[in-house]
Amino acid sequence: MAGLELLSDQGYRLDGRKATELRKVQARMGVFAQADGSAYIEQGNTKALAVVYGPHEVRGSRSKTLHDRAVINCQYSMATFSTAERKRRPHGDRKSTEMSLHLKQTFEAAVLTNLYPRSQIDIYVKILQSDGGNYSACVNAATLAVIDAGIPMRDYVCACTAGFVDETPLADLCHAEESGGGTSLALALLPRGGHIALLQMDARLHQDHLETLMEAAMTACKGVSKVLDEVVRQHLQEVSALTGE
Amino acid sequence: MLKSKTFVKKTRSGGIMKIVREHYLRDDIWCGSEVCTECNQEESVLQKDACIESNLCSFPHYLLPDTNVVLSQIDILEDPLIKNVIILQTVLQEVRHRSAPIYKRLKDILHDKEKRFYTFTNEHHRETYIEREQGESANDRNDRAIRVSTKWYSDHLKNTPTDEGLKVVLLTNDRGNKEKAEKSGLLTYRCEEYVKSLIANPELVDRLALTNDDKNEITSSRVMFPEHLPLSRIQEGDDSTEVLIQGLQNLNRAVHQDVVAVEILPLNQWVAPSSVVLQDEGPKEDDVTEEEEAELKRGLSGSESRKPTGRVVGIIKRNWRPFCGMLFLSQIKEATRHLFTPADRCIPRIRIETRQAATLAGQRIMVAIDGWPKHSRYPNGHFVRSLGSAGDKETETEVLLLEHDVPHQDFSQAVLSFLPKMPWNITEEDMAVREDLRNLTVCSVDPPGCTDIDDALHCRDLANGNQEVGVHIADVSHFIRPGNAMDLEAANRGTTVYLTGRRIDMVPELLSSNLCSLRSNVERLAFSCIWEINDKAEIVKTRFTKSVINSKASLTYAEAQMRIDDTNMNDDTTKSLRGLNRLAKILKKQRIEKGALTLSSPEVRFHIDSETHDPIDLQTKELKETNSMVEEFMLLANISVAQKIYDEFSECALLRKHPAPPPSNYDILNKAAKSKDLVIHTDSAKALADSLDAA
Repeated sequence: MAGLELLSDQGYRLDGRKATELRKVQARMGVFAQADGSAYIEQGNTKALAVVYGPHEVRGSRSKTLHDRAVINCQYSMATFSTAERKRRPHGDRKSTEMSLHLKQTFEAAVLTNLYPRSQIDIYVKILQSDGGNYSACVNAATLAVIDAGIPMRDYVCACTAGFVDETPLADLCHAEESGGGTSLALALLPRGGHIALLQMDARLHQDHLETLMEAAMTACKGVSKVLDEVVRQHLQEVSALTGE
Repeated sequence: MLKSKTFVKKTRSGGIMKIVREHYLRDDIWCGSEVCTECNQEESVLQKDACIESNLCSFPHYLLPDTNVVLSQIDILEDPLIKNVIILQTVLQEVRHRSAPIYKRLKDILHDKEKRFYTFTNEHHRETYIEREQGESANDRNDRAIRVSTKWYSDHLKNTPTDEGLKVVLLTNDRGNKEKAEKSGLLTYRCEEYVKSLIANPELVDRLALTNDDKNEITSSRVMFPEHLPLSRIQEGDDSTEVLIQGLQNLNRAVHQDVVAVEILPLNQWVAPSSVVLQDEGPKEDDVTEEEEAELKRGLSGSESRKPTGRVVGIIKRNWRPFCGMLFLSQIKEATRHLFTPADRCIPRIRIETRQAATLAGQRIMVAIDGWPKHSRYPNGHFVRSLGSAGDKETETEVLLLEHDVPHQDFSQAVLSFLPKMPWNITEEDMAVREDLRNLTVCSVDPPGCTDIDDALHCRDLANGNQEVGVHIADVSHFIRPGNAMDLEAANRGTTVYLTGRRIDMVPELLSSNLCSLRSNVERLAFSCIWEINDKAEIVKTRFTKSVINSKASLTYAEAQMRIDDTNMNDDTTKSLRGLNRLAKILKKQRIEKGALTLSSPEVRFHIDSETHDPIDLQTKELKETNSMVEEFMLLANISVAQKIYDEFSECALLRKHPAPPPSNYDILNKAAKSKDLVIHTDSAKALADSLDAA
């Protein structure tokens, strides 16, 4: 009994995609009426929900207030039913804290925080179904939610994962491909300028392959940004149609 | 288009996990045929005039085998005559799942451009993808997928503008599948009838594998070992008879050195021991192995020398230990399960699961067995540790030592704590209980480079014309008291092991090469056996005593021989050596007349290069007179000591004897001798020695 064949000789992956093809991306904005901004995204079977509150006064300890810019507070969590086996501890475990920190760093780079001094922006992301690319889905969902909340950003933040099998880079990994033991690179990009907000890699990779892998991840992110842009424009059209403009 | 694949899997701990995967259907999977104008492919694999001359199919056609045909008739597919074959993704995945070696062979064929084999990814093609219906088994679903793909291909090729009528032929041995295929208008043949119809190549029929087709379901036909009986039913039988157990099934998962319970088979199933060794080529189809063994049994059971035969019904005690050997990588690249081949040939191959297979491939590793489930051909085990790259001198030495169970770790602190403190001197108390023989001209003769000198000799003339001869053995018991850690460790090691270039001591070096070594010009404690011998080499008197000696010379065999031969040397040591030599010769003659056997073959000595520590030359050791001299006196000492012990403790003396071997042990020797027209007499030791000398 052998492991799964991640890339067949014909160039097809486990789910039938070719190496550079992304999974089906569907997104909706404004799913929660009570929050300032919300968005829901599905990347293949990975489903993420992001909710944004703010900008508002700093809650809790006053000491956290920054005099010249807004504080961004992120929280990442996974639903207990999101993985194949029920998760015991959805909050506060190491993975969640690390992800929250990464999200915070990513959005501090993208959001124009200096427009809102002495205030706080909360971003809550929850994974409803996990099938690889959790971080990417979170970032994409959060971008849409922040746009929905009307908070200005430098550019969209798009994220995607990439892997390396048989000398070929694969774009947008699913869970089976991630856990196969090979390399997995997560990249968050501001597509227009090509600025990288976050770059994270697991497992080992020969340095000769790094360039190719990053190129593949960047192309995938640009693909995702196109979809997100589409979604935003469509949402805007719907909203303006409703308000009669 | 996106579909979802959901199935349920069992986890290792026994829980159930639901797996949900995406399944994309595509429009851009091409058919691979040269004639096709619709498909936008870059290079076409399947040719336009795909003609294999056949009675049944006189038109150009492509072959499409189903899974069982690939699994059983891979030899036919490998034949250069068979070209232009479509292998479906369904079939490829099933083969990968069922048999790794056949999968590898199939992949090799697919990579060979000459053979024109095309992989059609039917599972992701929008038109050929099907979902499992209610009540349909997985196998039925796969068969239906194959039929649907065949139909698609036929229709697809009909649309092309050719006049010859290229057709697709489905090859299947499954009756049900064949019927359903014919009902939907597909051209189907059984592999056997198709191969037999090939006009040009009748010899291909020989490569047809014979299988019983009717019941050939896709159940995993594994080896089923009978269950072991529970311990309560196994009684202690008498174990004086030798029982022959032949065949993998009868061994029933017993491993070399296990204590087992055996059930003796009825008389008509007794067989003769086979002189043919079946080599285990690796994981192969299990029914083939059984057939081979059955054939052998039939062939040999006619002979006379049948022995009681039985089969193992239960294991009383397992004697598993970690084994050294090498990893035999699986054919599938991503596989984590591999076969490990132990260095010891009595141990079966072991299946282990490891992710670091690539790094371990060229190394010697140690694996321990965990268990042997009854449906598996090989036991399961796990990786213990790696010993180093194969072929490396250190690694191979380590493997040898481990396989022969030689303890070779450093001595523990507990053992070392029992060593005497240096500088060590002989105390007054020691002297009080020992005879002072420091004035005697004692000398030792040993191989060159020897530091652990354990014996020394002396010989001097007495006033009455006789000689006094003494054998002095290092008194180790003074340093190692019974029961302490050093005693136990030495008992465990049993002996000093001499490897080329390395020596593994039984006791720490301080004792073996220093305090217990009878070096020249130092006082040492010894146990002496002193005889008065007349010039006819008969013993007049014997006495034993603890002593203190001071050896005057530690010589090599060559040096001692030189001294004896050199007529100019006449010092005490040389005179002593000459006396010993003369007596030794007489003693040897007496032994030979009584029927002593000299059976040892000449030893071989390696010359080690001083820089690289590699052997550069080989020499057979020559036996000089001095070798024989030392040997004779050691034998004499043993004889005298044995006599003394027997006299003092006749009820419980621990003596060593060499009884005559049973005549059956000589059978192989007699057979070999007869083939060279020699006769070996084995009735007595003397007769054996004489006939060996004569031969």
